[in-house]
Amino acid sequence: MSLAQIMFYVMSFVMLASALFVAFTKNLVRSIFMFFITLFALAGLYVLALADFVAITQIVIYVGGILVLILFAFMLSGKETLNTIMQQRKQFISLKNVPAFLFSALFLIVLINMIAKVDANNLYWIKKSVAMKNNIQPDAAMTENIGVNLMTNYLLPFEAVSILLMIALIGAAHLSRKEDSQ
Amino acid sequence: MISLTDFLVVSAALFCIGLYMIISKQNAIQILIGIELMLNAAILNLVAFGKFDRFNNGGQMFALFAIVLAAATTAVALAIILNVYKQYKTIDPGKVDRLKD
Repeated sequence: MSLAQIMFYVMSFVMLASALFVAFTKNLVRSIFMFFITLFALAGLYVLALADFVAITQIVIYVGGILVLILFAFMLSGKETLNTIMQQRKQFISLKNVPAFLFSALFLIVLINMIAKVDANNLYWIKKSVAMKNNIQPDAAMTENIGVNLMTNYLLPFEAVSILLMIALIGAAHLSRKEDSQ
Repeated sequence: MISLTDFLVVSAALFCIGLYMIISKQNAIQILIGIELMLNAAILNLVAFGKFDRFNNGGQMFALFAIVLAAATTAVALAIILNVYKQYKTIDPGKVDRLKD
């Protein structure tokens, strides 16, 4: 078992455990801070999948942006959110969560079955990519290639995303504006 | 070498945790976190398959686009949640059952 594999198992254990904690804890603030750890462990998994640029982007955008936004919204929405949490019972899984638990567990079983059937390591295009040496090697520096591709092959989606970001910015500013009294 | 199946299993588990949060929570912010978990599971799959595309970087590129889109979604959703809180004094989606007028 190589070091990368051990790191993979450690990272995925941390990630899944903190995600489970996020899902099952009663304390909202604590669940938001555990979500922080989930995102960091996911960035580690991206590094192990040889996508270092995506990992850095994940840390900058998710941890730096989204999480701060979520905390901000939570602090602004005040006491009532806490009250709804406190009203839930102290049990691990209360009775009205059983259908949700069953549904997601069954969905997990279906997904695992499907993954076992697909056998992703022996897909045709993956074998071809390995044979043509098209897979990323651990010592390759991919950031330059990503930059070149972003400005050539993927220019259209890049521009579409930038327009959508502007629309979202204007929309969010418009939504959170105080209403005129008229 | 980490096999693709490992990545797929981990992301399937993460997806199901997000699904559970979306169905069972009564708090709009927690539902939003569940959506983020599901999005991250999808991004993990994109990145894992992107390892086999060195020249075009399809997987990693669309993982980047998905991250940016998730950020935009979250900003708008949080603005909506704040507005809903102003209107109803609660952010339980089950209790938001009236239109504006």
